[in-house]
Amino acid sequence: MKRSFNLMLLALFWLTAGCAAAPVQHEPIIPAKRPVSEYAKPGIPRTIDAYDPWEGMNRRIYNFNAIFDEYVFLPVVRAYEFVLPDIAQTGVSNFYKNLTEITNLTNSLLQFKIVKAVNTLGRIVINTTVGLGGLIDVAGTVDGIERENEDFGQTLGFYGLGPGPYLVLPILGPSSVRDTTGLVVDTVVYSLMMQELIVQLGMSDTQEQILNYSLSGLYAIDKRHTESFRYFMTGSPFEYDLIRKLFLLQREFLIDN
Amino acid sequence: MKTVFQTITWFLLLSAWTGTAGAYDYPIKDPYAATIIGTPEEFRPELPEKIDYDLLSVKVFPDRTPPDVFWYHRDFRYSLSYQKGEAPLIFVIAGTGANFYSTNMIFFQKIFYQAGFHVVCLSSPTAMNFIVTASESGVPGDTVDDARDLYRVMGAIWEQVRTRIKVSGFYLTGYSLGATQSAFVAKLDEEKRLFNFKKVCMINPAVSLYTSANILDGMVLRALPGGPDTFDAWFKEIFRKFSELYKIMGHQDLTHDFLYEAYRTLYRTDPPKQENMAGMIGTVFRLSAANMIFTSDVLTNFGLIKPKNLVLGSADSLTDYFIVSTRSSFVDYFEELFYPYFRSKRPGLTQAALIERLSLRSIEGYLRNSPKIILMGNADDLILTPEDLAYLREVFGNRAKIYPTGGHCGNMQYRANVLYLIDFFKN
Repeated sequence: MKRSFNLMLLALFWLTAGCAAAPVQHEPIIPAKRPVSEYAKPGIPRTIDAYDPWEGMNRRIYNFNAIFDEYVFLPVVRAYEFVLPDIAQTGVSNFYKNLTEITNLTNSLLQFKIVKAVNTLGRIVINTTVGLGGLIDVAGTVDGIERENEDFGQTLGFYGLGPGPYLVLPILGPSSVRDTTGLVVDTVVYSLMMQELIVQLGMSDTQEQILNYSLSGLYAIDKRHTESFRYFMTGSPFEYDLIRKLFLLQREFLIDN
Repeated sequence: MKTVFQTITWFLLLSAWTGTAGAYDYPIKDPYAATIIGTPEEFRPELPEKIDYDLLSVKVFPDRTPPDVFWYHRDFRYSLSYQKGEAPLIFVIAGTGANFYSTNMIFFQKIFYQAGFHVVCLSSPTAMNFIVTASESGVPGDTVDDARDLYRVMGAIWEQVRTRIKVSGFYLTGYSLGATQSAFVAKLDEEKRLFNFKKVCMINPAVSLYTSANILDGMVLRALPGGPDTFDAWFKEIFRKFSELYKIMGHQDLTHDFLYEAYRTLYRTDPPKQENMAGMIGTVFRLSAANMIFTSDVLTNFGLIKPKNLVLGSADSLTDYFIVSTRSSFVDYFEELFYPYFRSKRPGLTQAALIERLSLRSIEGYLRNSPKIILMGNADDLILTPEDLAYLREVFGNRAKIYPTGGHCGNMQYRANVLYLIDFFKN
């Protein structure tokens, strides 16, 4: 596992370095008929702008993600969708949604959003029992208790922390320094919970490890399976800018709600 | 077995439809709201949640490689849904800036597939992937050239899929700009005879591209009496209102139906300002236009927005160019890139002649005398002037189905519209 991670880092480095090669300039550059200076006046706020001091690196990682998606991630997801019947895919999605409710629960509590915490707790109890260990979203479909959406990035935002620099994470995509911190915290909490749950099964260490890796792998596949975003399908040459803005607006919106 | 089932389904749907024929009950009466909201789910026909389709790609110009900054558009991409046995094939052309994968296109793919067609969804010639991989000139917007590009693409697709599917005949449709283009493609087909289209339906076409683009260009400015520099403040205000609305509604999902419910419950007491709705429509159009202008400018090295001869890399920031591109209207594109480009190819070409060329009026004789082409339009379509509407009624006569409401493409997914469309192609 460690070796494959190193390989991945190497691939990432190679790709980003490859993309970074400066384009060859053959002919003299003639100023544009509509120069930037004429349209982007200082002091006038520009809706598209975002705090993105590492833009060059971010854009390279964005490109890397698109390639990784096309040649690795999506083929795996397609194979998964081909092999598993639809109903099983929904079951898997529900299973992970139930496990990750821990993130919603802890962060609702941390923000003293009691209604959200109670709703989430209700969902966990109903879906884990009547919903057969989370495979069926009984709480959502029968009782009409919708899933909340809270994470530690939002909690930090709730307490007034700004997003900080925009950050594109390898494979995971758009984030910010604040939300990446949040993601790490949420992942640690989730992993601790998973470890506790797996220990309950009373398996050998090797078995535990295999189960752990399988669950993480399947989680990654399910996450990509449920995410409809496809790189470079917005049809805009400014996709990076638009996604950046949309992501930041969406986070602002979620923190606000 | 499947065909029997499909026939019965359609029969049931048709009888349900004739039962309510007469009144047209598309629920949104305001053309601006209709254009933004579209058709809420409860008013759409029953459709499968997903259908099988293949995302395919084809190399249209074997020797063409994209510039580094557009490295990700190597091939022309499209989608195909096919029936197991022999079936008619329909090509669907997307509207301005939209690609084959847009919500509307996936909707059309579903309804035609369900009605027993093989379906090929094509991005608009104004969409980035099309311009980079399949536009011969790299300067989209000329209906005759665009039709030629489309025809070339359709031929290449047919070459690619003809061994996999059995086709009983060819059909063609498109919405918005795609509708206007489908008329030009149909006309080209009369000469080339590759497909011999049996029927063509134009859904909410523009009569004159220049006029319609002008109307849409003006919309964003209606919301900004203080000029384009005030866009950010306006946008923030709209975002704030939206967030507020979301809190009032207490919703989880931000779907079209959320907007519809907001419209239905709040419209009477607190109707959205028309200039704000126009601003939203105009912003979306500006974005499409900006995508097109910048793509075309880079591809042709014209030097309008990107400095001429500057070679952009795949990780270079484009944010500044975004600012300039969104500040450039369609008319700017027409006057500063499009017209100069065509005049350089054909000295003596006047602006008026070029504008005329981009209008359905330039193929009026063909449209008048082609019973296989029909038109579905709306009396309150925002991109048509009253003269345009009268013109369409006059030229198409009883081949024009004009609905009283729907705005621009708002009612495309409405049950009655879908039934009319399918009925036309099937019978």
